Amino acid sequence: MIETLIGPMDEADLEKVEGGIDNENEHTTWVEYYYEGELVRRDAHVTLKHGMVAGAIAGDIGDWYGQ
Amino acid sequence: MANSSGIVNSFKIELMQALHSLGPGTNSPARTVSVPDVVKGALYLTSGSLSPSTTTVYSATSEVANSGSYTAGGSTITQANVPTLFSSTGTWNPTANLVWTTFTATAFDTLLVYNSSQGNRAIELCNFGSQTIVAGTFTLTMPAAGAATSLIQLT
Repeated sequence: MIETLIGPMDEADLEKVEGGIDNENEHTTWVEYYYEGELVRRDAHVTLKHGMVAGAIAGDIGDWYGQ
Repeated sequence: MANSSGIVNSFKIELMQALHSLGPGTNSPARTVSVPDVVKGALYLTSGSLSPSTTTVYSATSEVANSGSYTAGGSTITQANVPTLFSSTGTWNPTANLVWTTFTATAFDTLLVYNSSQGNRAIELCNFGSQTIVAGTFTLTMPAAGAATSLIQLT
């Protein structure tokens, strides 16, 4: 039995559709369950491939004598 | 409007002001030794306008609605590892997935990572492909630790 939008249902009574996407940012898999043509449950798993970058740059200490 | 991603600018400054303490570190003055800040992750709709230049704190605007195990503010991010240096890149990477069950939300694409111990100050925005969950489970797995992969990389 799995939980769906219309309550607990026997997975054997549902049409199961699976898919996924893979790109440079993430890998995603999803599973959809349909009952009489209606989507009653959708799960998804997103795996991030990388986080975010912050760069720190130290400024030069200039020669102010020439200013 | 659309969400964008990146380390929020305010965090870069607040980090240098010791307003964030990530991981079980021991080098932060005026804090309880080895007690890191609580970092949380919240989900946002594709219709939101979050960006590194404008997002400074957690806000409920454009956040996904309460559903199943998802409640306002999102969930605590497990952080059992200290911030780590890979070559010249300082990194921080969570150690567990974020999982929400019995969850329904349509068209969300952003995770806001923020510091709930320090005034809900924003840390990072992560975009991913727009997701829709129906009475199901959404699992967000963190990237592998590394100089070019950890969730936060300070070069």
